[in-house]
Amino acid sequence: MPEFETVEITTDLLILGGGMAACGAAVEAAYWAKKNGLKAIMVDKAEPDRSGAVAMGLSAINQYIGLKEGDNTVKDYVDYVRNDLMGITREDLVANIARHVDSTVHLYERWGLPIWKDEEGNYVHEGRWQLMINGESYKLIVAEAAKNALGIDNIYTRIFAVEPLMDGDRCAGAVGFSVRENKFYVFKAKATLVAMGGAVHVFKPRSVGEGLGRSWYPPFNSGASAYFTIKAGAEMTCQEVRFIPVRFKDAYGPVGAWFLLFKSRATNALGEAYMQTRKDELEKWLPYGKVKPVPANLRNWLMMLDVNEGKGPIYMRTEEAIAKLSEQVPDEKARKKKLRELESEAWEDFLDMTISQAILWAGTNVAPEEKPSEIAACEPYFIGSHSGASGAWVSGPEDLAPPEYFWGYENMTTVKGLFAAGDASGASSHKFSSGSHCEGRIAAKAAIKFCTENPDMPNVDPKQVEELKAKILKPLDLFEQNKGTSSDPDINPNYIRPKMFMFRLQKIMDEYAGGVTTSFTTSKQLLEKGMELLNFLKEDAEKLAAENLHELMRCWENVHRMWQAEAHIRTILFREETRWPGYYFRSDFPEMKSDWEVFVNCKYNRDSGEWEFMKKDIKRIF
Amino acid sequence: MPSYVIVEKCDGCKALDKTACQHICPNDLMVLNKDLMKAYNQAPEMCWECYSCVKICPTQAIEVRGYADFIPMGASVTPMRSTDSIMWTVKFRNGTLKRFKFPIRTTDEGTAVPNGGFDEGAADLNKEELFTEPESLGAELFTK
Ligand SMILES: Cc1cc2nc3c(=O)[nH]c(=O)nc-3n(C[C@H](O)[C@H](O)[C@H](O)COP(=O)(O)OP(=O)(O)OC[C@H]3O[C@@H](n4cnc5c(N)ncnc54)[C@H](O)[C@@H]3O)c2cc1C
Ligand code: SF4
Ligand code: SF4
Repeated sequence: MPEFETVEITTDLLILGGGMAACGAAVEAAYWAKKNGLKAIMVDKAEPDRSGAVAMGLSAINQYIGLKEGDNTVKDYVDYVRNDLMGITREDLVANIARHVDSTVHLYERWGLPIWKDEEGNYVHEGRWQLMINGESYKLIVAEAAKNALGIDNIYTRIFAVEPLMDGDRCAGAVGFSVRENKFYVFKAKATLVAMGGAVHVFKPRSVGEGLGRSWYPPFNSGASAYFTIKAGAEMTCQEVRFIPVRFKDAYGPVGAWFLLFKSRATNALGEAYMQTRKDELEKWLPYGKVKPVPANLRNWLMMLDVNEGKGPIYMRTEEAIAKLSEQVPDEKARKKKLRELESEAWEDFLDMTISQAILWAGTNVAPEEKPSEIAACEPYFIGSHSGASGAWVSGPEDLAPPEYFWGYENMTTVKGLFAAGDASGASSHKFSSGSHCEGRIAAKAAIKFCTENPDMPNVDPKQVEELKAKILKPLDLFEQNKGTSSDPDINPNYIRPKMFMFRLQKIMDEYAGGVTTSFTTSKQLLEKGMELLNFLKEDAEKLAAENLHELMRCWENVHRMWQAEAHIRTILFREETRWPGYYFRSDFPEMKSDWEVFVNCKYNRDSGEWEFMKKDIKRIF
Repeated sequence: MPSYVIVEKCDGCKALDKTACQHICPNDLMVLNKDLMKAYNQAPEMCWECYSCVKICPTQAIEVRGYADFIPMGASVTPMRSTDSIMWTVKFRNGTLKRFKFPIRTTDEGTAVPNGGFDEGAADLNKEELFTEPESLGAELFTK
């Protein structure tokens, strides 16, 4: 194997990731670090200008409370989130983000993000909490502020963070490698903030040819946050709460503008609106079945009941919505103008955040005013910032959190010096882009405070670093040593390449853990069988081989996914009820039970390699 | 073959130390073939069709051909991005053409000031107010 130089970097705060949460953290950390004579750096596997879920842009800011305008209260938002998550929510965390998030949005506006305004100068809402934006450059603008704050020399790009460095029970930084040159990086830090997004491609996607990459959630977020926090020994929460969005079928274009802005209906092929015809089903999921808006998973569920009865395709009735909207404008000239506006808004929704959907509509000659378009449930994703909830169990703020949820520093995990934000922190859904950025800020300020109160640099045993280096680079060795055995480097008895490894993981999860193939249904027997197969995969992870640095990254991405998968299977198994039908259904426990209105937390023991599972009570603050 | 490089147009970013498309791809897909000095997408099936490479290429050498496993052939969606707006040309399979132009930012590139011009606040690590609050919030901070 070629020589790998070890590059050692010492800092006070280490921010892992370059997405929304990390960019928020960078802006905030830079300020507090300077005030306190400390240093903060950021490490991204890609280029923050276009990294993470917002790489393409977005067409809406999904969390804005409107405190200044008096539109809503913090409590209103907490109520909305708790109900959408069928009761399983850390109110203190959601409230903490909600009380600060408008500040982040106002900063965006000053930085240059075009937020739509009406004639009176008020923000244009897509829905109660959502603001319309021209968001093609959303990520560039947010990254620009982060860079201007931190200074370009403190931003390390194209470095894939793999594992935590530990000093006993305290996190001491991270190790990773460059995907551009033969360099192994050792980041030593007093505090580490994990913001490496959620995970996709844990489950088999619907499209497995060229369209494999067209998952709703971006293929470049591969479970690094979950892996990092699990391996550091942090308590994790809501590992069962995956997210399955319903989107335009195949290209997964957004439906928000159609449902919220254009007030479109969804119906089955027979023209029946499942939200109407199946409303009795909602009685089974009380009290959450009766809240408005109906929780996302229940909306999915009613649709899935139609699909499973063979009543598909399911359609977004775009033609009906447009007809209704234009009826409201009797004057013909004004109507034409209105229709042109609507058309432009509809296309911008795709072009700003799911360009593939625009290609699909153009490729199938779709005229939305003439005929409806198909919608469908995507495959499951792990995204704690959206309508899923998986992530690390973190401390709440002192003034809002019940004592059980407070351990000194906001957003610190149960591991000393290890913080989490965005998709990386759990039980605080519906943060979206703005709330994730804001949570990054909250976590960064607390992490700087931690650094001032824990000024000693943790000790890192050089042996730990050497072992990690050998382990992380091993796939390169394995490839070199064995590639000569067969005439086709893909088919070799001594190693497995990351792509096939990923397919194996996806097949297990799809068929046993409630993926698309089984209509998101699973059971104890299926999960146990899946776990048995996952254990073989874990053993074979030792045989992952990489031809180059790019493939080495693919190897570790898939190890990260595999750990997210294990936490997921084990947690679904532990929770003996069905609470989120529409996300997953346990055929052996088909009902929601009041004694399961608790968090399920889990913890990986670094010494014994055992998992521990526990129920945690839900403490309300409102 | 989601993103693809038009051989004639790609100049390998004039042999600078890194190419624009490689610099930007969030999934590390774009690489330069140093013998030919032409870029290519090394794993099209891992492409999100995010168009980051398309938008950044200085010679407009990168286009996207919709995923062959579910998008009928013949359509194209092409951006033209300037410093303050983006123009999209959507060509349908049946030949219909649509053009849309949207603003992308309201400030000059590079000028995002971290504090956004807001008062930076009380600078107290022990208080709940973040940097720029309460001014950036426009309201008193909620507490219980
Ligand atoms: C398709 C889609 C549409 C959405 N639409 C909206 C919307 O309209 N409005 C809205 O407000 N929100 C929307 N969201 C939600 C929003 O994008 C997320 O909530 C937000 O991006 C989460 O922030 P994050 O920082 O946790 O993750 P991300 O922003 O995804 O950032 C993750 C970062 O981690 C980096 N990273 C990953 N692994 C590693 C590693 N091993 N080493 C180093 N770095 C790593 C990535 O490169 C990236 O920089 C949408 C999300 C998706 C997927
Ligand atoms: S950015 Fe364009 S010109 Fe430069 S290497 Fe890539 S394809 Fe070629
Ligand atoms: S479209 Fe996006 S994911 Fe695909 S190669 Fe270009 S930059 Fe990478």
